[in-house]
Amino acid sequence: MSAAGSISKLHKARPLKRILILFLSLVIGILIWSAAASIFDLPAFILPGPGLVWERFLRSLESGQLLQHSLATLSEVLAGLFLGGSVATVLGYLIAKSPALENLISPYLVASQSIPIVAIAPLLVIWFGSGIFSKILICSLTVFFPVLINTVVGLREVPQDLRDLMRSLKASRFQTLTKLEIPAALPIFLGGLRVGATLSVIGAVVGELVGADRGLGFLINVGRGQYDTALVFVAVITLAVIAMSLYGLVLLIETQVLSWQSWRDEAK
Amino acid sequence: MTSSPEIALSVEGLEVIFSDASGVVHALSDLSFNLAANTFATLIGPSGSGKSTLLRVLAGLVPPTKGQFHFHNHHDQVGLVFQKPNLMPWRRVTENVSLPLELADLPRDEIDAQAHDLIKLVGLEGFESAYPRDLSGGMAQRVAIARSLMHDPDILLLDEPFGSLDALTREVMGDELLQIWQAKRKTVLMVTHSISEAIYLSDKVLVLSQRPGRIELELIIDLPRPRKPEMRYLPEFSSLAHQLRDSLRDTQAMS
Ligand SMILES: Nc1ncnc2c1ncn2[C@@H]1O[C@H](COP(=O)(O)OP(=O)(O)OP(=O)(O)O)[C@@H](O)[C@H]1O
Ligand SMILES: [Mg+2]
Repeated sequence: MSAAGSISKLHKARPLKRILILFLSLVIGILIWSAAASIFDLPAFILPGPGLVWERFLRSLESGQLLQHSLATLSEVLAGLFLGGSVATVLGYLIAKSPALENLISPYLVASQSIPIVAIAPLLVIWFGSGIFSKILICSLTVFFPVLINTVVGLREVPQDLRDLMRSLKASRFQTLTKLEIPAALPIFLGGLRVGATLSVIGAVVGELVGADRGLGFLINVGRGQYDTALVFVAVITLAVIAMSLYGLVLLIETQVLSWQSWRDEAK
Repeated sequence: MTSSPEIALSVEGLEVIFSDASGVVHALSDLSFNLAANTFATLIGPSGSGKSTLLRVLAGLVPPTKGQFHFHNHHDQVGLVFQKPNLMPWRRVTENVSLPLELADLPRDEIDAQAHDLIKLVGLEGFESAYPRDLSGGMAQRVAIARSLMHDPDILLLDEPFGSLDALTREVMGDELLQIWQAKRKTVLMVTHSISEAIYLSDKVLVLSQRPGRIELELIIDLPRPRKPEMRYLPEFSSLAHQLRDSLRDTQAMS
């Protein structure tokens, strides 16, 4: 959460300044990395320098290997985000509307949350095979909880006075949903989706590490098996880029859809 | 001879009892009164005497435990204004004002024309596309008043609408509300804690007793209209204020 906080703080800085800071921190990071690699004189299979990784990146790009595995992971992530996200949204709406349903389901939700996804991933791979389907399920499960919770919280936070207003105006259930509940719950809901997007990437990699024939997690396994540590670096960095892009994409949607919120003004 | 004025609202033997896990609250008991059409009435009473509850019953938000109420007009729609402006922060001024007619599925141009007129009436021209967060408290409450008039209800219910405004804004808003009331010919029932505001605005002040609330006093205010700020210094004004204060003190002393 603190990482998310500092990222959004960064987001509030002025655009040019923001880009400069990002660029600077990137340069410093690479300098430290390459200094570490040359000072300690580590073999490439333990810590390859930035140059070596760059070279490996170009090679895997050229062979089409990187793109193929990135696309596999990305499609698992997106499918999981969509599947887990939509089931969680619908269930969240029902739970917010019905305390009885909440009492019925919440023990399972709490229990499921106390089991780390790493622990269930092997089971899902055993049951549903090492293809894409088990990965989509794992992603869906990781996305599910934050989206569900934020949907429920978002709907619960709709001000009672506004609900009363809608009722006094004889709004239908559907009108209340579209004109009050969705716009009012959207900021919190999108926050959940933003967290879910990053978690979905983790879910996909965990699934692929457990057993897969494609994807960036699979690529990491391959690199490790062949002492091709530069390839592992390439896969890890690509994963980070994918996760950050998704996070940024949801953030972008937020700033567009929630332009009425004051936090956006501070960014100007 | 003037014919007896048309009744807009009648309340008979209203009783409201809340019972939930935390206990039973007897909020209103055997409450009855009538409001003639186009009356400006205020409701005053000790805290917790059930003023908001009465308004919520009339707005259809709380079912009465016993008794009944009737709107003697063509539709039972009411306009509701809360203590807080209660605007939707994601909607611009015009969009907030438009809400009641959007819910009635009226054609867009009709909604826009009506919203435009009301925004003009409450003096917010030029702020049509502002978001609520950019408005002062008084301006936001003007938007809420415009919104409450949008579906042309016969009755306006206002629950301490100026309660969170500073004293000066409060007086200005009171005068504006009177102008709107005069222009639109509505029946108004407004809750207030201010004795002088109640007298200044009203044709009739209803004093609610300590919980369970019933009508302690119906005071007719026969000061001439239009009301002028100087009227606050008239001897009639202070004698009315005395009567209200005594009545409020009596009901509070009984508890
Ligand atoms: N939904 C509810 N459930 C239970 N009790 C309620 C409910 N609404 C109001 N009450 C109780 O009914 C009583 C009357 O409340 P109400 O809000 O109508 O008073 P009020 O006259 O508006 O007071 P104030 O001047 O403080 O606004 C209070 O004791 C309150 O706690
Ligand atoms: Mg009240």
